[in-house]
Amino acid sequence: MYIVVIGAGKIGYNLSRSLLRSEHEVMLVERSADRYDAVRRELGNMVTAGDGCDEETLMRAGTARADVFIATTGRDQDNLVSCQIAKHRFRATKTIALVNIPANVRLFEALGVDALVSSTDVILRRIEEELPVSSLVHLMSVRSANRQMVGIRIPSDAAVVGMSLGQVSLPADSLISFIVKRNGTLLPPDQDAILASDDEVVAVTTSDSEEILREALTGTM
Amino acid sequence: MYVLVMGSGEIGALVATSLWQEGHLVSVIDTSLENLRRLPKGLQENAILGDGVQEENLRRAGAEDTDAFVAVSSEDIDNIFAAQMASHVFQVGRVVCRIDDPALCQLYSELGLDAVSGAEALSGLIFQAVNG
Repeated sequence: MYIVVIGAGKIGYNLSRSLLRSEHEVMLVERSADRYDAVRRELGNMVTAGDGCDEETLMRAGTARADVFIATTGRDQDNLVSCQIAKHRFRATKTIALVNIPANVRLFEALGVDALVSSTDVILRRIEEELPVSSLVHLMSVRSANRQMVGIRIPSDAAVVGMSLGQVSLPADSLISFIVKRNGTLLPPDQDAILASDDEVVAVTTSDSEEILREALTGTM
Repeated sequence: MYVLVMGSGEIGALVATSLWQEGHLVSVIDTSLENLRRLPKGLQENAILGDGVQEENLRRAGAEDTDAFVAVSSEDIDNIFAAQMASHVFQVGRVVCRIDDPALCQLYSELGLDAVSGAEALSGLIFQAVNG
């Protein structure tokens, strides 16, 4: 695939290197002259100097024939405008933007950027997974269904310990996918499956219901 | 009418002052305290120090209740971002955006933004003056 990457910062630079290793054709666009010089020494003519919000620069980078266009700078306003130029001037098939400030996700979605990566969310989730105290972790988002896949660990003092799945009242928009027992075996979400302490319940839910679901499975009352 | 103006440079200050003198309720948001201090006293009372590209700052400036949003800072990209946020996140009815770069101005006009290019407006006036 031919991939245009905007911004040779930590993310854009490392992303370009791994794309190149996977045998993709890459053009990296960098605005700062110093950074451009440094990266050019390693990547040669796979880097071009210029502003990713400038139509001329994007034309030079070959945006018109790009299969994927990715904006990775540290400024959300630049990433948005780059993607909009790529989409509306060069008919880019797939635009992906890095969103640095989580509150901006809504705006990017409203304006038709094809895929978003919210750096703060990604890092928060990785940290969450490593924290033993957190009873709910986000496993992945199912954007097409506007749902999250989450894992919830059942504490020993939870009211649901010893109950069957059918006895637990769950939010209507949440669906249990499977249960991971303490020894690693998987159970299908049958109504008569008995919940035990330290079970991990994997479910699909909405951001509105996630807290209700967590309370239902971990609450002590 | 309640109007929120982003940018308090020469253009922003002029736009805000004229609207205010016409009797509109006007707030100005700018990242530079120095710029805000140059506004007329009555306008300084509603001035907000902060970056208009941040949703929380626009909210703090009353973007949810504003009738019009005018993005006229000297940064095209910031103006474009804030203007789109005003119309798509805060559903502001009337949004005007200064975009000096002619190519960007053209693109965002096509995308439905009310874009004004300072360079184009000025060169148009000069062209008229030369032609007599």
